[in-house]
Amino acid sequence: MSMAVSSPGELTVTRGVDGTVVVRLAGSWRIESGLPSVAALEGVLADGPTSAISFDSRELGDWDSAVLAFLASACRLARERDIDVDRSGLPEGLRRLLELAEAVPEKDDARTSVIDDAFVQRLGGKAIDTHRLFRSDLDFVGRLVLAMSRAARGKARFRWSDLALLVQQNGFEALPIVTLVTFLLGLILAFVGAIQLQTFGATIYVADLVGVAMVRDMGALITGIIMAGRSGAAFAAQLGSMKVTQEIDALETMAISAMEFLVVPRVVALCLMMPLLTLYGDAMGILGGAFVGVTMLGLSPVEYLLQSADAVSLSHVVGGVFKGSVYGVLIAISGCLRGVQSGRSSSAVGDAATSAVVTSIVAIIVACGVFAFVFYMLGL
Amino acid sequence: MEARAVVAESTPAITVRNLTMAYGDFTLQRDLDFTIEAGDIFVIMGGSGCGKSTLLRHLIGLNEPARGEILYGTESFTKAAPERRSEMLRRIGVLYQSGALWSSMTLAENVALPLGEFTELDQSEIAEVAALKLALVGLAGFEDYYPADISGGMQKRAGLARAMALDPDILFFDEPGAGLDPISARLLDDLIIELRDSLGATIVIVTHELASIFAIGTNSVFLDAESRTMIAHGPPVELRDQSQNERVRRFLRRGES
Repeated sequence: MSMAVSSPGELTVTRGVDGTVVVRLAGSWRIESGLPSVAALEGVLADGPTSAISFDSRELGDWDSAVLAFLASACRLARERDIDVDRSGLPEGLRRLLELAEAVPEKDDARTSVIDDAFVQRLGGKAIDTHRLFRSDLDFVGRLVLAMSRAARGKARFRWSDLALLVQQNGFEALPIVTLVTFLLGLILAFVGAIQLQTFGATIYVADLVGVAMVRDMGALITGIIMAGRSGAAFAAQLGSMKVTQEIDALETMAISAMEFLVVPRVVALCLMMPLLTLYGDAMGILGGAFVGVTMLGLSPVEYLLQSADAVSLSHVVGGVFKGSVYGVLIAISGCLRGVQSGRSSSAVGDAATSAVVTSIVAIIVACGVFAFVFYMLGL
Repeated sequence: MEARAVVAESTPAITVRNLTMAYGDFTLQRDLDFTIEAGDIFVIMGGSGCGKSTLLRHLIGLNEPARGEILYGTESFTKAAPERRSEMLRRIGVLYQSGALWSSMTLAENVALPLGEFTELDQSEIAEVAALKLALVGLAGFEDYYPADISGGMQKRAGLARAMALDPDILFFDEPGAGLDPISARLLDDLIIELRDSLGATIVIVTHELASIFAIGTNSVFLDAESRTMIAHGPPVELRDQSQNERVRRFLRRGES
């Protein structure tokens, strides 16, 4: 089959003496090169009263949806102006497609009306949404507390093997990343301190600075932030996709509470693992500081570690570990909450994961601030 | 004394009374009123988007009615306290559209979970029952497979094995034939009839597959998207041949009235 070299599309709209408008389509009209312009037709129609529109497509070459879209608009224009359309000049295929497009009239209430709401109205709507979301957050926390108390009495239904797996995933498997980040954090703290302390010739106090900072606050905080990105997002994605695949529905209709079966083991796992990861992170941070002290500041390893041990008290360690445990609970709650609130589509699961990380990091930082204040007031 | 002609009417398995379903301000279906008799294979049918699956979600307690109530036997499911509702839920089984198997568990664990939760069986007995239920749906030997490792039709059958784990009185099916080839769909239909006959279960199916509807449905309700209520109630074959309603006849005859 030989393809005729087709000339580019041409559209001419002419007005006859008897008030009819003839639309002439010629050449090749392909959707890649644009639609015939409806404005040209509109312009001619605006010139004066028109009795009918007819088409001349004798020289029309290739055509596709480009022409069809133009014709649909042309027919709509004609309908609005009560002008007859004579379709006999169109190719058979185009005529049939046009009829198909018009076969089912537009449903009145199908199009959602996009009304540009007033600012006050939008503000009000947002406030109501926020209130509703806050209530659903509170409701979740309330039901979690009930489920945890049932778990504490040994009545909650979950599988111990699930808990063991979660402990492994959110404890042991997080060690490499926690090692890397806390070691580097200790290193950074040591550098920051060294610059200041060198001017006084008191570089040995870098050990105090790194030790106390890591153990009291930074160890728990940075481990919490790592786990928020790692576990919080994972929990939200797991629960969100279980919602999409109706796995959570299946639990509920089996009279198995998703709260007990899915959320409780996650909260317990993080509450158990975060203190251990925090302790480990503290140690890695001190090692990072020692690395700088020994290689750059000329301190001996033993000297550095003794100085650290002197500076850090048991109450610092217990306080830090306690904070880590609280952060763990906050991460697990935020992750599961956003997962359970997720919509039933794959993009909603993505949003849930994002929102879980944001929520957990905000919760951790707020808690960190509260702890700083309370510990200061208590003189710890 | 003359004996009264008492028709021994057995209590229906499910009674839907004056049910209105809504999402926020949008009413999906209103004034649904019908009963599902014990032993029926009851079909909920209607065009896409008419609220069939939502009605199923109401029947199994995943959505709350805007108005009206649902009774299991003579007891209100809608008004039951949460603990009582959990007990009532144990008498039903649901096969979800996609199977909804718990993806972190093997097939045997999926079936075993409800057994472990709600029976006094020990581990080896549970494993035995789980293997039996899987064998009933033709999945013997697949106990240790994960849901992701098997085909869609097999997932559906495994979902059915899980739904039957506690020998429920009522089994719900959401679009059982969707995504299955004609032969698998037919086999599933046969399995449904077999289950009804051998277990004596009542079966409620949401579907729009005509072949299934006529092959297995003993009674049905037709939900209409336009008038937003039920417009026919009766055995599917009768509705096809005798319904006064044009839309019902057209639906059941694939567009030919």
